[in-house]
Amino acid sequence: MARIGVFVCHCGENIGRTVDCHAVAEGCKDVPGVVHSVDYKYMCSDPGQQMVKKAIEEKGLTGVVVAACSPHMHEKTFRRAAAGAGLNAFLCEMANVREHCSWIHEDREKATVKAIDITRTIIEKVKHNVPLSTIRIPVTRRALVIGGGIAGIQAALDIADGGREVILVEKGPSIGGHMSQLSETFPTLDCSQCILTPRMVEVYQHPRIKLYAYSEVESVEGYIGNFKVTVRRKARSVDEEKCNGCGACTQVCPNKKIPSEFDCGLGKRTAIYVPFPQAVPNLPTVDRNKCLLFMNRAKGRPDTCKKCAEACEKGAIDFDQQDRLITEDVGAIVVATGYQLYTIGKDQPKDNLKGYGEYGYGTIPDVIDGLQFERLASASGPTSGKILRPSDGKVPKRIVFLQCIGSRDPQKGMEYCSKICCMYVAKHTMLYHHKVHDGVATVFYMDIRAAGKGYEEFSRRAIEEEGAQYIRGRVSRMWREGDVIKILGFDTLEGEPIEMDADMVVLATAMRPQPGIDVLAQKLSVSYDQHGFINEAHPKLRPVETNTAGIYVAGACQAPRDIPDAVAMASATASKVLGLFANEMLEREPTVARVDEGTCAGCFHCERVCAYGAVEHKDIKDRAGNVVRVIAYVNPGVCQGCGTCEATCPSKSVELQGFTDEQIWSEIQALGV
Amino acid sequence: MGSHEHSRNHSGPEPLAARVQRMTGLNPACCYQCGKCSAGCPMAAETTLRPHDVMRLVARDRLDKLADADGLWLCLTCETCTSRCPNGCDPARTMDALREIFATGKDGKPPKAISAFHKSFLAQVRAHGRLFEMGLIMSYKLGGGPMFADVTTTPSVLARGKLGLAPHNVKGLDEVRRIFDACAAVAAEEEGR
Amino acid sequence: MTKIGYFPGCSLHGLSREYEESLKAIVAGLDTELVEVDDWSCCGASSAHGTSHLLAVTLPARNLAIAESQGLPEVLAPCAACYARLASARHEIEGDTDLAGHVNRILVRDFKNTVKVRSILEVLKGQVATIKAKATNPLKDLKVACYYGCLLVRPVEVTGGYDDPEDPSSMEDICKAAGAVPVKWNRRLDCCGGGMSMSRTGSVVRLSAAILKDAKAAGADAVVVACPMCHSNLDFRQKAMQQRGAWEGDMPVLFLTQVVGLSMGIDPKTLGMGRHFVSTNSVMARTAGTGSGAGTGTNKATAVAGEVG
Repeated sequence: MARIGVFVCHCGENIGRTVDCHAVAEGCKDVPGVVHSVDYKYMCSDPGQQMVKKAIEEKGLTGVVVAACSPHMHEKTFRRAAAGAGLNAFLCEMANVREHCSWIHEDREKATVKAIDITRTIIEKVKHNVPLSTIRIPVTRRALVIGGGIAGIQAALDIADGGREVILVEKGPSIGGHMSQLSETFPTLDCSQCILTPRMVEVYQHPRIKLYAYSEVESVEGYIGNFKVTVRRKARSVDEEKCNGCGACTQVCPNKKIPSEFDCGLGKRTAIYVPFPQAVPNLPTVDRNKCLLFMNRAKGRPDTCKKCAEACEKGAIDFDQQDRLITEDVGAIVVATGYQLYTIGKDQPKDNLKGYGEYGYGTIPDVIDGLQFERLASASGPTSGKILRPSDGKVPKRIVFLQCIGSRDPQKGMEYCSKICCMYVAKHTMLYHHKVHDGVATVFYMDIRAAGKGYEEFSRRAIEEEGAQYIRGRVSRMWREGDVIKILGFDTLEGEPIEMDADMVVLATAMRPQPGIDVLAQKLSVSYDQHGFINEAHPKLRPVETNTAGIYVAGACQAPRDIPDAVAMASATASKVLGLFANEMLEREPTVARVDEGTCAGCFHCERVCAYGAVEHKDIKDRAGNVVRVIAYVNPGVCQGCGTCEATCPSKSVELQGFTDEQIWSEIQALGV
Repeated sequence: MGSHEHSRNHSGPEPLAARVQRMTGLNPACCYQCGKCSAGCPMAAETTLRPHDVMRLVARDRLDKLADADGLWLCLTCETCTSRCPNGCDPARTMDALREIFATGKDGKPPKAISAFHKSFLAQVRAHGRLFEMGLIMSYKLGGGPMFADVTTTPSVLARGKLGLAPHNVKGLDEVRRIFDACAAVAAEEEGR
Repeated sequence: MTKIGYFPGCSLHGLSREYEESLKAIVAGLDTELVEVDDWSCCGASSAHGTSHLLAVTLPARNLAIAESQGLPEVLAPCAACYARLASARHEIEGDTDLAGHVNRILVRDFKNTVKVRSILEVLKGQVATIKAKATNPLKDLKVACYYGCLLVRPVEVTGGYDDPEDPSSMEDICKAAGAVPVKWNRRLDCCGGGMSMSRTGSVVRLSAAILKDAKAAGADAVVVACPMCHSNLDFRQKAMQQRGAWEGDMPVLFLTQVVGLSMGIDPKTLGMGRHFVSTNSVMARTAGTGSGAGTGTNKATAVAGEVG
């Protein structure tokens, strides 16, 4: 016979104001099986918990019902208290008389009746509760980091320094990301390469980091603590073991006119190339779309040019190298795939994005974007750090920066602020001023958003000390007349239209997630917003977790981020990963589905409807070891307890522990409906 | 357009932004004053009240300032402002609504020539169902348009066979007049608010 | 034979009758029949929508309702202003059931708003291959500045996006099919001054002169338009521009339909080439003889121009 204890909480005034808690406690006394029923001002307080513990011990309770707030709030508290008094934690349940009753009603009398009803349903449920024990699953204490920009580098280093192995996968030929393309960084104007390169080398040399550059995540299976990841190592056509990075191959390559991705098309590279001198790993890659040999092969013609192979003393060039698929077991994944800049061109990758026809569709050669300006300003860039415009190589004496290109522009498809542009435009005006002393830098802006340490001071410095002309207003149209760019704008502070000539225009285009982020997110089962930015689990309290346990997010793939943000997020993910790896086993609530092996017919409807891939096949063998039946088995490590399989099973062979049909039925019956 | 039939349920004068929103279905608060509309406005050089000023004055309930300025009446309705607005505010439609509010002359006065032109134009359409251009020219000049402008060009227009000398009346003139009367009734109702 | 509804609008029966003349002359060659909207009335133009929004919607709606009752699935409005008013009315009624009810009550018609409104660019764009095939007198050396103005391609919500609102190409494509050479220029989407020709001539002179200057600087022999208002401002007002010192020289301004018609070898008189204020002689001198003998020689062109004096 059940011996249930009922504990009604006033939650201060939260419940007590609308519900007569004492009446609830009294009303539950008559329910069969209830041997103890009390109310108290704050049941979650220490004295309150002691009341629960004492009653379990003194009255020999077999079940506890706490009529209080949502289980989200204090279920753990009371289950811990029950366990402390020797009762199985899962025999303790919450009846939610706050969110479901007192907060949403005004009539005290009716609310009290409803609170009694709610409590009675849970009393009936608890009568059918059985002791459960937490699930323990082993944790593979290695991490995968996707993306080798500054966020991925920081996460990998922090996890590896914390003593755990890291697999770092980078899509491009080198790690370093966009930060390696920057000239100087705000608000300190320190050289980007100078602070980044040591980190890149550290990654390369770290004994616990395995770097897969020029590689992509092919597939992901498994669950927190137990992921199985397949990585595609794309064929570089260069043997990593043999190559010593001498660069002889790139010197002899005849195809030297390929726009360099690293220089944003402003410089050229060869078909076999190292993207930039400080690349990590320092290995050349053959661009098979541009290499003469592969272009000939694609047309069924014989190999002609093998100049790179001939120049290589190590015999490292391997034209027949194939992509390789490598499988790695990891326990946690950090997504740090970074961003791309919005292209203002007419053809957009997504229907909801529109180009900026009014700015010349990017067809005016001297209209460039912010990253291109970084390359012009960079000492390692195509102009060796001289600000020269692309069309004719002249020094632009009148340079105009336009902010919010794409950003804060719902009509073009992006309503959000890209966050970094105000700061980098201020930086650009300074870099320009330092290099072109007699030049004038003009900025069209809407608002200056400089909310970071030293940021406001930095942007004021651009205006007050470095001569930047800031005009508050947007530009309506730009076109080219001769070699001059005509700008039609408006100064909203002066209240006058402006027609201005410029020699070069730099557009602060919006930050967008990397192309293909949706495909990756689907592989990982993590959600993303309408722009493709990865969603965090909670915007305030779980900012670097995703909605899938064991997968974390860092940097600009989650939202527009600057370097300090990205690094902070990366370190946060590392701390989350190391926390997960602190134990060999992972504990999970046992509210998962279980299959009745006796009645399961092996139809696998459950497998088809399971969103988490938790249903596996299990062989039932006879004594001789022959398979006699194949039935469903729910992997408790993967199951999220959603109950879809239970609802689908035609033979009623699946039950969600803690929410069995019998329990739910008892709850409904308690209401007498 | 919001519904013309909706009535207000509070006693004070309806704020201009709410009135415009009711008429257009657009929210004047969406304007963040970037000035892109005014940057592209072909009449920005000739008026003191540019599209973004109009949006601001609507949001700030300054019917008085709007009434004093010529900006609304110089609008060419080229819709450059609307088509380039980053936030979908539609200044052109907002200005239509303001002109509608002012058209009665109660809250403000459109410049004589422009007002005379529109009045003459619509009078022709109401009279004949179509525009009778010769009639428009005559009535415009009599109604307040510059009397001697274009006088010298009219013969050359006639020489090219471009101006009809007699109006064409549509058969469904009753229906056209019904449309004008119904719209005038709605305008009167709006004015009574 | 493709049948399409046809809404001429007041201008095509008045100041811009050469637009209608040239349109009617070319559609036969394009295997298209224009079915005029019965007893059509004025769309309200720029005067109605600055006076009463309801009027600005209901006046075009009457015409759309008549077209609907004639069983016409689509209506061509060659005048850019009529096109904008008709297409806007259709768009607004579609998105606002209150407005739709109001309009129907005024019209006392069972109007379902099923008629699509097409611009001249939209219709001719679909005929580019035919235009090319029929161009017996291609305008080989004629450099044209295709002028879109305000209302033909925007706002995109109203036009349905048949062409890009900031970088359109349909008029250039049509002119290319006629053998002409479109120039690259900058002011093809700028406003000419619209309906202010009479009430504020100074503004029109300023805006239209800037457009002509840009076309001239780009090397255009002629400006091509698809709007009676644009035509009037750019052609008729050139004299005022000259008088006020805003513009020198003569720039012929052609309707797009005239360009297509010339390429088909249609008699310039039929196309109303003589009705322009700025002589089109220079255009016809350039096109004459370039074709494969369509017979529209220099003589005829001169004759037409001479008639105008």
